[in-house]
Amino acid sequence: MLLNEMLLIDRIKVNVEAKGWEEAIDIGGNLLIDQALIEKSYIEAVKQTLRSLGPYIVLAPGIAISHSRPENGVHKTCMSLIQLKEPVEFGHDTNDPVKVIFTLATTDKEAHLQSLRQLMSLMMVSEDLEVLFTAKDVDDIIEVINKHS
Amino acid sequence: MLKILVVCGNGLGSSFLMEMNINKVLKEIGAKVDVDHCDLTSAKGYKANIIVGTKDITSQLVGYAEVLVELNNILDIADMKNKVIEALAKFE
Repeated sequence: MLLNEMLLIDRIKVNVEAKGWEEAIDIGGNLLIDQALIEKSYIEAVKQTLRSLGPYIVLAPGIAISHSRPENGVHKTCMSLIQLKEPVEFGHDTNDPVKVIFTLATTDKEAHLQSLRQLMSLMMVSEDLEVLFTAKDVDDIIEVINKHS
Repeated sequence: MLKILVVCGNGLGSSFLMEMNINKVLKEIGAKVDVDHCDLTSAKGYKANIIVGTKDITSQLVGYAEVLVELNNILDIADMKNKVIEALAKFE
């Protein structure tokens, strides 16, 4: 699946308010739960893993990729993106605070790989990555996503 | 051939993203190395020379590979390159 097939316009929110990492993970997850793409159990599993293994999903400064395993409640391979109004702490030594959170869900080990390649290509272009952090309008984010899909 | 294993909590997302950039680095430096990715539990039963992961992960894999490489920022290719070169040098 292409990145712009995973990350549709109604799965992206900018200027989102969250008090801490758990609320931020919930908000990103709810965008997918509300569309019946994943179960609530999936997001509970994400938070459980974070509590037990630490904030390893904070993969780069300001960026977290909230994800768990297919068997924890995924109906359809999908992704959401939230940009926080005020960044939150995940407890990461070098990459806190987090402002951009992707929630990724995949039905199997392969379905999401093409979109992850495209996401990586987006993140490696610093001006495109910057758009995810600063965009005031979801359309600006859609534009960079389409560019890399 | 040397084997690099990239590890994350689930073996589905973060490790694949890391593996992508590690392959880029290996190609750039012309190193012929096998690269694979998996989750933390599977990593313990895997024979790899080098394990790469974020700190939370590598700290749980001490003793499971000859060399552990800890990455902080998967987008920092320069840092990744230095660490991979340093790790590979230990096998020369």
